[in-house]
Amino acid sequence: MIGLEHYLIFSGTLFCIGLFGALAKRNAIAILMGLEIMLNSVNINLVAFSRYVTTGDLTGQVFAIFVVAVAAAEVAVGLALIVSIYRNRTSVNVEDFDWLKW
Amino acid sequence: MIEFALNNAWLIPLLPAIAFALIVLVFRPLPKVSAFIAITGILISFVLAISIGIGVFQAGDKFVEHPLKQVVTWFSMPGLEIQMGTQVDPTSAMMLFVVTLVASLVQIYSLGYMHGEPGFSVFFAYLSLFAMSMLGLVIAPNLLQMFVFWELVGLCSYLLIGFYWHKYSAREAAKKAFITTRTGDFGLLLGILLLQINFGTLDLVKLTEMIPNFTQYTSLTVGGLTLIAVILFLGPIGKSGQFPLHVWLPDAMEGPTPVSALIHAATMVVAGVYLTGRTLVLFQTVEGAMAFVAFMGAFTALFAASIAITQTEMKKILAYSTVSQLGYMMLALGAGSLSASMFHLMTHAFFKALMFLGAGSVLHAMHNEASIWKYGGLKKFMPITYWTFLIGCLAISGIFPFAGFFSKDLILEVVWANSTLSGHAAGPFQGLYSVLFIMAALTAMMTAFYMFRMFFICFHGTLRDKNAHPHEAPFSMAMPLVVLGFLSVVGGWVGWPTLHEGFSYFVRFGEYEQGHWNFFLVGLSTILALIGIAGATYIYLFNKVSNEALAKKFAPLYKISFNKFYIDEIYLWLIHHVIDGLGKFLWWVDLKIVDGIVDGVGMMAKAFGSIFRRVQTGKLQHYALILFAGIVVLVLFMTFADSGTAVSLLGGGR
Repeated sequence: MIGLEHYLIFSGTLFCIGLFGALAKRNAIAILMGLEIMLNSVNINLVAFSRYVTTGDLTGQVFAIFVVAVAAAEVAVGLALIVSIYRNRTSVNVEDFDWLKW
Repeated sequence: MIEFALNNAWLIPLLPAIAFALIVLVFRPLPKVSAFIAITGILISFVLAISIGIGVFQAGDKFVEHPLKQVVTWFSMPGLEIQMGTQVDPTSAMMLFVVTLVASLVQIYSLGYMHGEPGFSVFFAYLSLFAMSMLGLVIAPNLLQMFVFWELVGLCSYLLIGFYWHKYSAREAAKKAFITTRTGDFGLLLGILLLQINFGTLDLVKLTEMIPNFTQYTSLTVGGLTLIAVILFLGPIGKSGQFPLHVWLPDAMEGPTPVSALIHAATMVVAGVYLTGRTLVLFQTVEGAMAFVAFMGAFTALFAASIAITQTEMKKILAYSTVSQLGYMMLALGAGSLSASMFHLMTHAFFKALMFLGAGSVLHAMHNEASIWKYGGLKKFMPITYWTFLIGCLAISGIFPFAGFFSKDLILEVVWANSTLSGHAAGPFQGLYSVLFIMAALTAMMTAFYMFRMFFICFHGTLRDKNAHPHEAPFSMAMPLVVLGFLSVVGGWVGWPTLHEGFSYFVRFGEYEQGHWNFFLVGLSTILALIGIAGATYIYLFNKVSNEALAKKFAPLYKISFNKFYIDEIYLWLIHHVIDGLGKFLWWVDLKIVDGIVDGVGMMAKAFGSIFRRVQTGKLQHYALILFAGIVVLVLFMTFADSGTAVSLLGGGR
């Protein structure tokens, strides 16, 4: 029987994988992908809690759909930024991007 | 008329003020109208002052203890009420009379003296302002109002001494006068503040009641009160040209001669004596301050007289003689006699104004040639000036029956009385007064000598400057001379010693004492004056002894006197070395230490910044890592800490 714990462990694992990707990858596209994975792991969490804790109530599911929509928008902006940066620097390697420092 | 004047004494300072405003704002382009307005203003004030004088005279000694006061509140706050208004008593009435009289005569005289000068209108405006300031000071019922007008007097003297502003020396003299007197004014302000703090009032009448019983009203000790008195006295030292702040007075001769007459006779310098006289109760309460005033006065008198002996400019000699005579007035105050001091102030105003105006007449005739050695034999060219000047010289020398005789004698008498007190009345300073008496007597002799030295050199012998064409003064200049000459003869008779209810009955502080002839003192002072005159006659009229040979024989003494005891040089040295040195040191402190601290703080911030900026890598991923690390720490914390601490730490208080 698959219970809430399984979903939570799965989503936690997924979140860590996404986090690792976001923090450790050098390619900006890969970082975006890591972010997407993290968002989706959160979605799994939301749906799982909705299903097991507040049964019959669809709040979590609705919230997950919102997150998907926001994620789509975020990816659009992120990709646009990456394209713009690539045009300026001919690189998508985040090692080369240190403009935020002093 | 008299009633009106008594009740509207505030008009007296107001009229010259109006004249000043009118001239400055409207009539400046019209010199004749300006002069007319100024003279009209001061003459009306003069008439009012005479009316007040008559009113006070008729009232007997009613006003001595209870002055006629009219005040309005100037401003007030809890615990402090400052009033403004007028205080009429015999002393202020006398001063009003003297000031308006001399100011009127000086203004009339200026008509002739300043004729055709570029700043004619402005000159009259300044004279009016000067008269206004002095009259306001004289009539002030409290020390703060007095101080305000006191400063105005200083401002006017600055404006008038520097009237020939295109001359470098005049500008410098004006600054010197202002700064030197300001130095003393600082003390005066401190003294006034201390009085206000300790007694809670600046009202002259109230202070007169409170100060003798100061232990009852304040927690001051005798030493504290003495200190206040001495600090307060710094103002008069500066204003009345007492040693060591006398240096500005001779330099003030750079102004036009009528101004010198005004400054020296009626306004400005006598303000210090007047203020000391007004606060005499303070000095009389503490013996030490009293002795200090007396000593300063006597020393200044002797000191200035010894300088005057060798000077070669008429106005300089007169200036030092003024310093010397002011010393006399201070000495009289120090001996506790307001009457003697004010009496001498009045007679001195007559004859000193006379002599300054006479000197102006000579300068006018000699086309501003200053050295008396260029004059000579002026007697036949300008008889009016000659005779009036002779009266002035006799008056200041103290020859019977001229004005100076009575006042000088009264001063000598009060000092003598102080030195011969016996028993309990004799204070710790009795011996000092004996010394002061000798100093005063010596000064009297020297005064007679240097006055007649100047007189003979200027008016007798033959004219030394062959290119000069001296001429008698025009009417507007001769008239004031005659009036003042007349007053210099009869002005002293109001203080005739045996006169019942004479000058010292009205102008007094404390109990009235009927005067009497003290033939020992009269004889002594007359003999001393005659010795001085005889010496001057012997050397400078008959030329029995060459004055140059004398100067050579006593070369060191001559030089030190001629160079005014090098006081100016000492001040210059002090300023160059001590003040500038101190300035340099403080500049160094400011640059290295104060700025060093400020710079150091900046440098430290910069140093820390250059270390900690390394944290900012600019790499987004590092920031994200730190963010998540933070979240992890928070989550762990919230897991293991108890909920209350966690909530309060995260700012989620109830």
